[in-house]
Amino acid sequence: MLFYGSELSSRLMLGTAQYPSPEILADSVRAARAGVVTVSLRRESVGSRAGQAFWSLIRDLGVPVLPNTAGCHTVKEAVTTAHMAREVFETDWIKLEVIGESDTLQPDMFALVEAARILSEDGFKVFPYMTEDLVGAERLLRAGCQVLMPWGAPIGSGKGLNNVFGLRALRAHFPDVPLVVDAGIGLPSHAAQAMELGYDAVLINTAVAQAGDPARMATAFRLAVEAGLIARTADPMEQRDMAVPSTPVLGRAVLA
Amino acid sequence: MRILVNEEPRDIETATLAGLLDELGYGDARVATAVNGAFVPASRRGSLTLDEGARVEILAPMQGG
Repeated sequence: MLFYGSELSSRLMLGTAQYPSPEILADSVRAARAGVVTVSLRRESVGSRAGQAFWSLIRDLGVPVLPNTAGCHTVKEAVTTAHMAREVFETDWIKLEVIGESDTLQPDMFALVEAARILSEDGFKVFPYMTEDLVGAERLLRAGCQVLMPWGAPIGSGKGLNNVFGLRALRAHFPDVPLVVDAGIGLPSHAAQAMELGYDAVLINTAVAQAGDPARMATAFRLAVEAGLIARTADPMEQRDMAVPSTPVLGRAVLA
Repeated sequence: MRILVNEEPRDIETATLAGLLDELGYGDARVATAVNGAFVPASRRGSLTLDEGARVEILAPMQGG
C-alpha cells in the first residue's frame, strides 16, 4: 500500500508526545519500528533550545515525519500552520487536524474539507484526521486527499473502535484508498482489530506514551499490527450464529 | 518599537523579521515565522519590515500526536 507514492517500512505510525523522557521516546520509536512519526510546532521561549534538541533526536531516528496541525480550530489557522510545518520539517506531508468541538476533539468536517482543498492545490499531501463519515470521506477525496484517517474514538480516550460498522463501511466504499485509524486506540487488540478490518495502518500516541513501560507497549503494538495485517491477508473465516463442531463427528465412539 | 512576540510585548531595535530573530538570539535555530497571522517564509524574513504592534509568532519543532 502506497501513501502518496511512498511505501512505509511498517504500518504503525507513532506519535511523539507525552513520553516520560526523550530517551524513552526514542526507545519506543525503535521498539515500535514505526513507519512514520508525527510531530508538531509550538512556541519556543527565547533562549530555550528544547525544540532544536527534539528535532535533532527525531532526525537521528531516521523515520519519516508527519507534521500535524493539532490545536487548530479554523481553516486559516490550519493552513498557516501547515505552511510553517512544511518549511521547518522539509516535507509536504501534513496531518490535517481542524478541531470542531473541544470536549471530544471531534474534527470539523466542513472546515477540514475546505482546508484540505486549499492545501492540496498548494502541493501538500494531506492526511486528514476525520470522523468515519462516508460523505465527508468522499468530499475529502474530491478535495485532493489520497489518504483518509478516521478516528477510532476521541483522541487520548483509549476506547478503541467506537463505530466498527462505520469503519467497515468506509473500508468497503473505498477499497483502494489508504485508510488509517487515527486516535482512540488504547490497546494492541484495538490496533489488531483495525488491521483485521482491512485498515492499512494505525496511528498511536497516548496508548504507548502513557503506558507504564512505553517501549514494551510499543513492542506489543508492533506485534499486534503485524498480526492483524497477516490475519487480514489470510482471509478470515465468516462468523456464524450457531455452533459447528470442529472435531470430526464421524468415528465418534458410542459410550453412553 | 513595541511588538508582540508569541504574545509577549517586546521593545525591539531592528526593523525586519530577520533582524528580530538575530536580536532575540535564535541564530540558526530551525523555526518558522508568521506575522499578523500570515506565514512568512525564511526567504522573506530579510525584506519583511515590522510595524508598531506587529504580532510575531516564532514556532519550533515540538512533540506531537
